[in-house]
Amino acid sequence: MTTLPAPSSWTRRVQAVLHRHPRLRLSGLLAPALLWLVLLYLVPLVLLLLTAFAETDSFTGQITWTLSADTVLDVLTTPAYLFTALRTVLVAVGVTVLCAVLALPLATYMALVAAPRRRPLLVALVVTPLWASYLVKVYAWRILLAPEGVLGGASPGYGWTAVVVTLTYLWLPYMVMPVYTGISALRGSYLEAAADLGARPWTTFRTVVLPVLKPAIAAGSVFTFSLSLGDYITVQLVGGTNQMLGNLVYANFSTDLPLAAALAVLPLIVMAAYLLTIRRTGALDRL
Amino acid sequence: MVLSGPARWVLRILAIAVLTFVYAPLALVLLNSFNASATFAWPPSGFTLDWWSAAAGNEGVRSAVLLSVEVALLATAIAVVLGTLASLALVRYEFFGRDVVSLLVLLPIALPGIVTGIALNTLFTQALGGLTFVTLVVGHATFCIVLVVNNASARLRRTNATLEEASTDLGATPWTTWRLVTFPALRGALVAGALLAFALSFDEIIVTTFTAGPGLQTLPLWILQNLFRPNQSPIVNVAAVGLVVISVLPVYLAYRLSGDSATATTK
Repeated sequence: MTTLPAPSSWTRRVQAVLHRHPRLRLSGLLAPALLWLVLLYLVPLVLLLLTAFAETDSFTGQITWTLSADTVLDVLTTPAYLFTALRTVLVAVGVTVLCAVLALPLATYMALVAAPRRRPLLVALVVTPLWASYLVKVYAWRILLAPEGVLGGASPGYGWTAVVVTLTYLWLPYMVMPVYTGISALRGSYLEAAADLGARPWTTFRTVVLPVLKPAIAAGSVFTFSLSLGDYITVQLVGGTNQMLGNLVYANFSTDLPLAAALAVLPLIVMAAYLLTIRRTGALDRL
Repeated sequence: MVLSGPARWVLRILAIAVLTFVYAPLALVLLNSFNASATFAWPPSGFTLDWWSAAAGNEGVRSAVLLSVEVALLATAIAVVLGTLASLALVRYEFFGRDVVSLLVLLPIALPGIVTGIALNTLFTQALGGLTFVTLVVGHATFCIVLVVNNASARLRRTNATLEEASTDLGATPWTTWRLVTFPALRGALVAGALLAFALSFDEIIVTTFTAGPGLQTLPLWILQNLFRPNQSPIVNVAAVGLVVISVLPVYLAYRLSGDSATATTK
C-alpha cells in the first residue's frame, strides 16, 4: 500500500473543520461567485438606476450626486425620446413575429418530418450561427444589402426593413430551439390520437398543438424581444440614419451619463413589463 | 391531423429555405474574402489570396487578435474558477435563495448587452477611477460565468452524489474527494464550458465597447472601427472570417467534448 505524504497540519485542520461543517463548505463554494456578481453586477445596476437621478454639471461635465428626478421626467415627457422608444418596441415586436413565422415550419420539419438520425445535425445547423460573431453577421447583411451588392435592385437598401430583417436573422435560433422542443412533445401519437378520437384538424390544432406552441413561442420571444430592444449596432450598420433606444444611450453615455442611464432604464421597464405579461404562459420555466 | 405527403414536402422546402436564409450571408462573407474585386463586385471578378496575406501582415489586426485572445483567456480562467465552485454549491446543496442565485448568474447575458455595459461603465468610471485592461477582463468574466455554471451543473446532475459520499465515508478529505472523484467526472464539462466562455468573450462587442480602457482594441472593436473605411474593406472582411472561425471552432470542440446538445444552446 502506498502511503500518501502527510499533509501539513494546518491544511488538515482546515479540511477537518470543512468536513464537519457542510454550511461552511457551502459558503466557501458560493461566496466567490456570489461576491463577484453582487459587487460587479448588481451594484452597477443599482448605481445605474441612481445615476438616472443624478445631475450633470453643465460646465465641467462632472456628475453631481444631488437627487433629482429632472432627467427621468425629461426622458418621460420628451416626445422625441418616447417616439424612439415606441419605434424600438415596434421593431422588437416585428422581429419577434417574423422569427416565429420562420421558426414554425423549420421546427415542425425538424421535429416531425426529418429522419430521427438527422435531428442532431439539424439542431447543430440551427445553433451554430449563434456562435458566429454577432458583428460579422450584421456586417454580412450590410454587404448583402449594399446598393451595388449581390441583391442589386432587389435590395430594400439601408432602413427599417433592413433592420428588422437583420435582427430577425440574428435572433432566429433563439426562437427555433424552444419551438422545436415544444413540437417534439407532439411526436408519437398525440396527433393520431386526436384524429382517432374524431377531432377535426382545426380542433386538433386548437386543443393539442396550440397549448404546446404558445409557451414555446413565448419562451423564444423573451430573447428575440429583449435582444432587439437593446440593440444599437445593427441600426448603425444597416439602418441608414434611423435610431433606436440603444443609439440614444450610446450617443449620450460619454457626455451625459445621467441621461444615458435614464434612457437605458426604458428598455429595462419594457422588458420587466413583458416578462410579467408572459409569465402566465409558463414560458419562464423553460429558459 | 396527421401530416399529409404534400404537407411534408412543403415543410421540407420551407425548412431548406430558412436554412439557406441562415447560411447564405455568412457564405457571402467567406466568398468575398477571396473576391479579387476590392469593392466586392458581384459576381466575383476572380480568385485571390491577397486579402488574406494583407490581413496577416496588418499591424492593427495582429494586435487586435492578440488582445482578444488575452482578454478571453483571462476572463475564461476567472469564469472557470467562480463557475465551478458555484455549480457545486447550486447542485450539491439545498439552501435558501438558490433560485435567486441561479437567476443572478444568468442575468448578465439575459439583459440587453447595452444595459450590462453601461451599468459596468458607470461603476468603473464613477466609483473605481476609470477604464483599463482590467475592467475589460472583469466585464467579460461577468457574462462568462453562466456558461461554466450551466455546463458543470448539467454534468453534476448526471453524476451520482453517492460517489462523493462514499469517498467521504472512506475517510477522504474534501480536497481528496474533489481531486479523485468529483473533478475527473467534471473535467470534460469544464473544458466544454471554458471553450464556450472563450468563444463568447472572443467575439463580444457591446459590453466590450463600454468597458475597454482607452486605446484597447479587441478584434470586434477593430472591425467596427474600420467598417466605414472603404479602402480597408477587404481586410475587414478577412478579419470577419477569422473572427467567425476562432469563435465557432471552440464551440465545435466543446460540443464534441460535452456530448450533449443542450450545452451549445445557451448563449
